[in-house]
Amino acid sequence: MKKEILKLRGVKVHFPVQAGVFNRIVGHVLAVDGVDLDIFRGEVLGLAGESGCGKTTLGKAILRLVEPTDGEVKYISQDDDETELTSLEKKDMDPFRKKLQIVFQDPHSSLNPSFTIFGSLQDPLKKFGIKSKEERRKIIGDLLEAVNMRREYMDRYPHEFSGGQRQRIGIVRALCLEPELIVCDEAVSALDVSIQAQVLKLLMQLKKEKNLTYLFITHDLSVTEYLCDRIAVMYLGRIVELCDSEDLYNNTLHPYSEALISAIPVADLDKQTKRIVLEGDVPSPVNPPKGCPFHPRCPKATDICKTEVPTLKKYSTNGNEHYASCHLIDLPEIS
Amino acid sequence: MAKSSLDKKFDQIRKREEEKTFSTKKRSRIVNKFLNNRLAVLGLIIFTIIILASIFAPLLSPYDPMRVDLRSMRQPPSFDHWFGTDSTGRDVFTRVLFGGRVSIFIGLGSAILSAVVGIAVGCYAGYKGGWIDVIALRISEIFMSFPQIILVLLLVSITGQSLFNLMAIFILTGWGGMYRLARARMLSLREEEYVQALRSFGLSTFTICYKHMLPNALSPIMVNITLSTAMFILTEAGLSFLGLGVPLNIPTWGNILNVAQDILILQNYWWMWGPVGIVISVFVLCVNFIGDGLRDSTDPSQQG
Ligand SMILES: Nc1ncnc2c1ncn2[C@@H]1O[C@H](COP(=O)(O)OP(=O)(O)O)[C@@H](O)[C@H]1O
Ligand code: SF4
Ligand SMILES: [Mg+2]
Repeated sequence: MKKEILKLRGVKVHFPVQAGVFNRIVGHVLAVDGVDLDIFRGEVLGLAGESGCGKTTLGKAILRLVEPTDGEVKYISQDDDETELTSLEKKDMDPFRKKLQIVFQDPHSSLNPSFTIFGSLQDPLKKFGIKSKEERRKIIGDLLEAVNMRREYMDRYPHEFSGGQRQRIGIVRALCLEPELIVCDEAVSALDVSIQAQVLKLLMQLKKEKNLTYLFITHDLSVTEYLCDRIAVMYLGRIVELCDSEDLYNNTLHPYSEALISAIPVADLDKQTKRIVLEGDVPSPVNPPKGCPFHPRCPKATDICKTEVPTLKKYSTNGNEHYASCHLIDLPEIS
Repeated sequence: MAKSSLDKKFDQIRKREEEKTFSTKKRSRIVNKFLNNRLAVLGLIIFTIIILASIFAPLLSPYDPMRVDLRSMRQPPSFDHWFGTDSTGRDVFTRVLFGGRVSIFIGLGSAILSAVVGIAVGCYAGYKGGWIDVIALRISEIFMSFPQIILVLLLVSITGQSLFNLMAIFILTGWGGMYRLARARMLSLREEEYVQALRSFGLSTFTICYKHMLPNALSPIMVNITLSTAMFILTEAGLSFLGLGVPLNIPTWGNILNVAQDILILQNYWWMWGPVGIVISVFVLCVNFIGDGLRDSTDPSQQG
């Protein structure tokens, strides 16, 4: 049976925009604007969307690297204990920090240039009770070998490594406290395509060995198809479509997802579909458009789209749950 | 069992990675760059010579910098007295050496202490942000906008002249610059992903900002320490020349220069003020060369 590990309810992250001499708050960036999402144990959940739509912010809000303005993030332990994370005191977060980890996008800023790999990684281990240095070296050495690097590399400085190696070291860091869920924030986007494939395979191998759950953030839907069990598509801080990854490609419901999928280069000419070109850029999350936030760019937009905000509704495709928020879906809604 | 294709591919990548010889450590790259800068090396050599000469002054000179010798007043430079003697017969060369001790101590000491204060406040406030940062910023502005000379006059009139009062004033007016530098570095560093990663483990603010971030903010601060040292030495000389700095009975470069206030000495006895003036200028110049060399060798945008 599927069991949740995280339940997000109405998560919002609004960054104040300051201006003028007195730093008055003149508005808010609605980076994440009301996200409901369940993540199940052992799944790979893709989170896709154009750059700037709030994926990273949502990932960070889960780990409380940014404080959510509103909403709940609930962690459900293996024994079904539910804990609401956003209302916890800083120090009470510690047991959950062990369980939730993150791998970052930029291999150049993800490692501290002044410390050896061991030097940067040992403080978290110390904090979580691994007192002997030998033991810390053993843990880090074993993990380096698990990502196909040599143990001795732990005494080298980051500038001695290539981008792919750094990213693998980032994975080691995320793994060092034996987490249950890892947020992979564009973990391979900055790498060469050939190295991308290796790191993705490695991630999948580690997931199997260590029973991990991934929230796999990407702006590139071509990566997610083979990796993810389910995919959530985000636009301007909201989830617009959420379904099994096969259904997203074969039974697309939302026009935005359709446009993203049509932008994936296809090798097979028979499968080539007409590319839907999205006009204009992502609107500013400071003043999102009224009505459906996608309407200024939506090829199917009608009058109702300009005034009424569509909500995320539940449908069924292929016998699977399929959520989407668009006025023009003519499938029966399921309650 | 045969290795999986994934393992094989990784072995290939690993081989390629090992074939590339790893570059030498970052530290030595910075040292190499510094050593390639001729002016900086020259500056470092002269700087070292002057400091060593001041430290070992009693070994280099048979005279006592304070002892009055009325039989040898105002003698021009000679083999016995390299820089001549002053109006009370004291050996000027000896006084320059001993004066160097105090002047360099004031300059370097004030620069390092203001850096310590500036870094302590700037790292924490810059990393934490919020109201702590706003308050620290305003306080630093108040101190930086207060004219140094008025502070000096105020303190001299209240507590009298003393070496430590002078240093206290230098630190009060100097920490603001260091604070701003440290703060600005922290503001850009705190968005780096390795800092986010440390936060995701819930490490304490102190560990993150002083242990993990500070080393990456140090190079511009080191440059600033050298430049402030030069500035403080000049300021000490200027204030002492005016009679507002260190009490006159302690030999400092500024106090030695003080005699040049007398027009008679200025015109007739050049050795009483000329050599010490040159030593001050050369020392300050050397410190500036070192600072420039440090800046160029640690600037990441210029690293090849
Ligand atoms: N610390 C911050 N302060 C203000 N605005 C921010 C901050 N972080 C992100 N944003 C804004 O929030 C929006 C979403 O950013 P982000 O989550 O990084 O998007 P993505 O990861 O999908 O590219 C962007 O418009 C970005 O400018
Ligand atoms: S609601 Fe209207 S504008 Fe929004 S996605 Fe659907 S069709 Fe497009
Ligand atoms: Mg992002």
